[in-house]
Amino acid sequence: MKVRTQRLIQVAAAAVMNGYAVGFAEGKIFTGPSKAVCVPVLNCYSCPGALGACPIGALQAAFGSTGRGVPFYVLGTLLLFGILLGRLACGLLCPFGLIQDLLHRIPSPKLRVPKKIDRPLRWLKYLVLAVMVVGLPLVVAAANGYAPPFFCEFLCPAGTLEAGLPLLALDPRLQAQIGWLFNWKLAVLVAIVVLAVFIHRPFCRYLCPLGGLWGLFNRFSLVQLKWTEATCVHCEKCARACPMVVDPTKTPASAECIRCTTCTSVCPTDSLHLRIHDRGRG
Amino acid sequence: MAKGRSIALVVAVAVVAVAAIVWGLAQGEAAVVYSKAARICLECIGIG
Repeated sequence: MKVRTQRLIQVAAAAVMNGYAVGFAEGKIFTGPSKAVCVPVLNCYSCPGALGACPIGALQAAFGSTGRGVPFYVLGTLLLFGILLGRLACGLLCPFGLIQDLLHRIPSPKLRVPKKIDRPLRWLKYLVLAVMVVGLPLVVAAANGYAPPFFCEFLCPAGTLEAGLPLLALDPRLQAQIGWLFNWKLAVLVAIVVLAVFIHRPFCRYLCPLGGLWGLFNRFSLVQLKWTEATCVHCEKCARACPMVVDPTKTPASAECIRCTTCTSVCPTDSLHLRIHDRGRG
Repeated sequence: MAKGRSIALVVAVAVVAVAAIVWGLAQGEAAVVYSKAARICLECIGIG
């Protein structure tokens, strides 16, 4: 798949998932029935254009309130997306991933994070998932009956960008309520935006709990990155081009691979393909 | 992992996932997701 095709898919996905144009004009959010359906990406449900629900927000809301039992609907949805797509949604469908991709195209020196720093930092997203999305909401809700959405409230830059800034721009009543929390979230967003210019997809790589979750499915998901050893000339163009610093000839099913197809587009011998689950390495 | 086993795993997990979704829908969990998603989440935008 060519990069241009990837971009077109990303833009189309972002437009479809945030297609409620009236919301952007009037500072309202969509309230139709599709809001009960989780989308496969981190797309804030308070974004004025959002037509669906953010799965991480929905999961936190379910864990953050007592008396509701196991959230089968949200967990089932996550399981279904995960086993079908793995991290394909990160590479091709996520609007915040698209924004980071575009930021990285700004001409500047590009940084390769040293492995000694990169490897441990990649575990952060699992920590965020375990602590902010699951652990804290469960513990605090058990004690107080309700827990705030810790990830959304304190960390998620997608919510600040897609929901916070547009709604604040359109609603003066909300502007009057800006405090330290918004300033903190804005600082997180600015940090991610600046980092994304120099490092490819820093949020996806190190912090996104949904990307971490989808990555766990990469080895088993229906959609797989297939490497054909027989035709590979071991030029390593794919490994050098990979924005997530994965060598697809060694670990095509790596939890870090976002299935963005950059490697397939640079391969001179057509040895890498996105395929439905097939026999192969990984 | 052999192809047959891989596909079987995908199908098995997908069946479990769909069963969970159906069970959750029957319990009215979609309404819970909707009630959260159809209101502006002030915490999510950094104002709550």
